[in-house]
Amino acid sequence: MDPMAAKYIGAGIACIGMGGAGVGVGTIFGNYLAAALRNPSAAQGQFGNLIFGFAVTEALGIFSLLIALLLLFAL
Amino acid sequence: MADPIHQFQIVNYFSLGKIGSVNLAFTNSALYMGIAVGIIVALMLGATAQRQLVPGRMQSIAELAYEFIADTIRNTAGEGGMKFFPLVFSLFMFILVSNMVGLIPYNFTVASHLIVTAALAVLVFLTVVIYGFWKNGVHFFKVFVPSGVPVLILPLVVMLEVFSFLIRPVSHSVRLFANMLAGHITLKVFAAFVTMLGGLGIVGWVGATLPLALTIALTALELLVAFLQAYVFTILTCIYLNDALHPGGH
Repeated sequence: MDPMAAKYIGAGIACIGMGGAGVGVGTIFGNYLAAALRNPSAAQGQFGNLIFGFAVTEALGIFSLLIALLLLFAL
Repeated sequence: MADPIHQFQIVNYFSLGKIGSVNLAFTNSALYMGIAVGIIVALMLGATAQRQLVPGRMQSIAELAYEFIADTIRNTAGEGGMKFFPLVFSLFMFILVSNMVGLIPYNFTVASHLIVTAALAVLVFLTVVIYGFWKNGVHFFKVFVPSGVPVLILPLVVMLEVFSFLIRPVSHSVRLFANMLAGHITLKVFAAFVTMLGGLGIVGWVGATLPLALTIALTALELLVAFLQAYVFTILTCIYLNDALHPGGH
């Protein structure tokens, strides 16, 4: 196979990993919204935890994006 | 179709001299960093020049920004974290204002370059490591040993903790960079759809209203992302500083 083609295919495959991060971020915000509707008065205090969970989950998606960017531009 | 990457091009305005073989140039990136700092200084100094007991509009903005960041630090790093308030507040305001300036069409987004966000993230990382060792000495290694873990799986957990500690500057910087890059590329791609459809004549003009409306909606979304990413960067900085202040406290 042409190495350039393999590179692009690899970058595409690496991006599949971001789907998992999408599921995770959706779960976090969905659960936050569900809990916030049950107990709106406690919602404000958990905003920091929400953002922290979001950031940690999103980091995993970023790693797969990083691999894709490395494959496309760096290697 | 217009190149959506073109907006990220670095342009050298003039050279300030050379260090070795590196051209120390004043670029559009440096110009927009200067603009962001100028806006922040003008906002904060202008708002607090005539302080009043009942704040006016500008003073309210400054006080809101101060209270917002101060609350974030107190909630995540405790009262001891307030000694890092200048660092955290500067980071937040710089990222927020440079993102907002970058959202205005034809302007350059400073955070869309990995080297800028990496410099900010490494600054935070080194602050945590140096302050952590300076304040706690060897006790800083407690960061890697969570309390209440069975001895059998402790080596594995410590290995994972060390890895996740070292990967922090990477995820910290790439998050901001990737969000800004992807958002601005999406905006430009949809904007290019408008011009492409517009070139098709009268039918195209009607069709072009759809991507135009989407571009406006995406700009609103990007406004939210610009603020959210600045806040995420700030709160992660606070959480990392908490490790330096209270190692083993988690």
